[in-house]
Amino acid sequence: MENLLPIIFSTSFAYSVLRVTTPILFASLAAIISDKAGVINIGLEGIMLFAALMGVISSAFTQSVLIGVLCAVATGVLLSLVLAYFSLNLKSDIILTGIALNLFSSGGTVFLLFLAAQDKGISVSLQSKVVPEISIPLINSIPVLGEILSGHNILTYVSLLCVFLIHLFLYKTPLGLRIRAVGETPNAADSVGISVRRIQYMALMISGALAGLGGAYMSMGYVSWFSRDMTAGRGFIALAAEAMGRGTPLGTFLAAIIFGFADALSNVMQSLRVPAEFVQMIPYVTTILGLVIYSIKQNNKIKKYRRNQV
Amino acid sequence: MGNEILLMKNITKVYPNGIVANKDVNFSVNEGEIHALMGENGAGKSTLMKMLFGLETPEEGEIFINGKAIKIDSPTTAIKNGIGMVHQHFMLVPSLTIAENMVLGIEPRKNGFIDFKKAVAITEEISKKYNLIVDPEAKIEDLPVGMKQKVEILKALLRGAEILILDEPTAVLTPQETKELFEELVTLKEKGHTIIFISHKLKEIKEICDRITILRGGRSVGVHHVKDVTQEEISRLMVGRDVVLKIDKTPAKPKEIVLKVKEVNHIDVMGKNILNKISFFVREGEIVGIAGVEGNGQRELIELITGLDQYDEGSIVICDKEIRDLTIKQIRDLGISHISEDRMTYGVAEFASIEENIISDRFDNKDLNNKGLLKIRKIQSLVKQLIDDYKVKCDNGQQPVKMLSGGNIQKVVVAREFSSSPKIIIANQPTRGIDVGAIEFIYEKLIQLRDEGVGVLLISSDLNEVMELSDRLLVMYGGEVVASFEDSTKVTEEELGMYMLGIKKQVFEEKRRVENE
Repeated sequence: MENLLPIIFSTSFAYSVLRVTTPILFASLAAIISDKAGVINIGLEGIMLFAALMGVISSAFTQSVLIGVLCAVATGVLLSLVLAYFSLNLKSDIILTGIALNLFSSGGTVFLLFLAAQDKGISVSLQSKVVPEISIPLINSIPVLGEILSGHNILTYVSLLCVFLIHLFLYKTPLGLRIRAVGETPNAADSVGISVRRIQYMALMISGALAGLGGAYMSMGYVSWFSRDMTAGRGFIALAAEAMGRGTPLGTFLAAIIFGFADALSNVMQSLRVPAEFVQMIPYVTTILGLVIYSIKQNNKIKKYRRNQV
Repeated sequence: MGNEILLMKNITKVYPNGIVANKDVNFSVNEGEIHALMGENGAGKSTLMKMLFGLETPEEGEIFINGKAIKIDSPTTAIKNGIGMVHQHFMLVPSLTIAENMVLGIEPRKNGFIDFKKAVAITEEISKKYNLIVDPEAKIEDLPVGMKQKVEILKALLRGAEILILDEPTAVLTPQETKELFEELVTLKEKGHTIIFISHKLKEIKEICDRITILRGGRSVGVHHVKDVTQEEISRLMVGRDVVLKIDKTPAKPKEIVLKVKEVNHIDVMGKNILNKISFFVREGEIVGIAGVEGNGQRELIELITGLDQYDEGSIVICDKEIRDLTIKQIRDLGISHISEDRMTYGVAEFASIEENIISDRFDNKDLNNKGLLKIRKIQSLVKQLIDDYKVKCDNGQQPVKMLSGGNIQKVVVAREFSSSPKIIIANQPTRGIDVGAIEFIYEKLIQLRDEGVGVLLISSDLNEVMELSDRLLVMYGGEVVASFEDSTKVTEEELGMYMLGIKKQVFEEKRRVENE
């Protein structure tokens, strides 16, 4: 245990927190958009997984990073369209459809992986590409901060930028306003001629695109290959982060960092001969703790509100 | 007064379940007038207005705006044709500001972003123009009801509404807010807007309306200039029985008091006074009817008596026991049965079977329950007996209630409530929306139970029902018992109408015997 504290307070640990937060952050932002429109995207996990695989396959065949990332995003959009079609047009339960999507992705990716790489576990036989890391001039020369913030994968910077962009999008653009109106009071939106279904379609597509970026990062940045079920619950952790962050981009960012911290911690502890099974539990235990704390706070707020009413 | 701006001609609307909501209705409104649309609940006012606003389509008939025939298939088309509606339940997004709500769907833009400054400016401008002063940056969730209504009116005006439909706008307002609203409506009228004012409050109509169209039973029964018609005439047109359905029963032989309500007050969350010192009693072996236009406190009164809501002032005593601190289960155990007006919410669990619905109040009874396990055979034979007794048309007891017709669902409710050996039955709109056969059956059962010594409190907006079934009759208006009749056969419809619409009110001495046993 004594070895742990110096590691946690090292710059390389802080660097790794940002590194592991990236996919959670993308997925959390994806969760915000769909949740704001009143369509909960439980399928984030499966969408990320499928996007990760498609990124690897398409970049391997085209030898282009850009096409790989674009394919991952397109996969995300496509899968969320499937979710939208089933839940919005055919009126299936969106939670169940999302779960179905996750199960489909878990099996479907292995099937496709076997077709593309003749392997049911990992894609190392494919010469897939990786999104490059960049060091940022000026920032990289700042002591401590430079080591933490510079030299990350491009997609990590994109995810940070997205926090800001999604905030602008939701609170400053017409579409963002409509998404919030549709999610909160569909009747009110409908009464002024806004098509609720169209807005929900759009929100799910944006959500899918963000999850697609998260998937691309998993297999083309975090590691340089695809392996089965590699998202490992990050899609669900993202939903928890979104709930803890109360659906605001900044709050969700902070919550995602907490989960990233837990994830990074489990990575570090694995090297310290703590039992692996215990360590692997950390991110998920953090999720549960986070949600419990969040709902206790919410309950208190509601109680207080009720008291004030009476 | 201007030309005819709106004409709805020979409108007929039949709902899929066969209920005729409007039959050959003609409705004409002139430019720049405040036109009242009046009628009891279920008279077809809302349906007529829904068709005008594109929420329903008529089976027959045409709509003309400024002499031109148009087809209104959605609210968007209605808005394009200059029709705006202020719904009873506001269509506002609580977490957004007034300005954001105002421009929702028609947001002013600058470089792809919303131009918030312009949104605020637009709101301020229109708010000044019509003298409906609001704070554009305030959030909807922080506003009182009257203010929200202003926002709704402004929203419609911003979208170019020439004809404004207000659906019972004063139902949610305090008297002060009502006064303000009326001043605002007069300003709107002066600026050339046309207002359709749905209401059943005579005083208000007399105060601000120019003309009045009265609907009854889905038909138009007259158009009048408000100044040429007396309140008594309006009341006579609006309240009345279309068909007199006689019910045979012997005179009641009332005994001990089973329900006693004394000086009960109730204030809702908005701070509005809903019930004002209500007092009455019900004895064993009599049916006491409460007549009144809906929304005058009947629903709240029933919620208090059945334990669905808590009362702060006054007392409610059932079989000599004050029910203030009792749970609903304990209240039911005192011998109260409740037929709710909202059958699908409080009457049944729609996806559960007939069996499950019937035993829902007695599954813990020792006859049906063996230390936590249900005695299936006993339950089945009990339910089968009840299905036969109450003539529920179904395949078997396992059938989900949702599959049954409205009348048969009500029979399931009635079977449960009447078979729990009640001492008092609260029957709130017991026959609403069900077929004639089921109605007659329920009447028979109610009278039979009365003769066996059960007390019945009947709340109904069906005048025939409440007049024919009741032994004694009370009238509620504005949260008060305004009239009480010892013998319901001695009351005329005209007289009842006057009390129901608040034109007349009995003095204290006349009601006295109602309040003290």
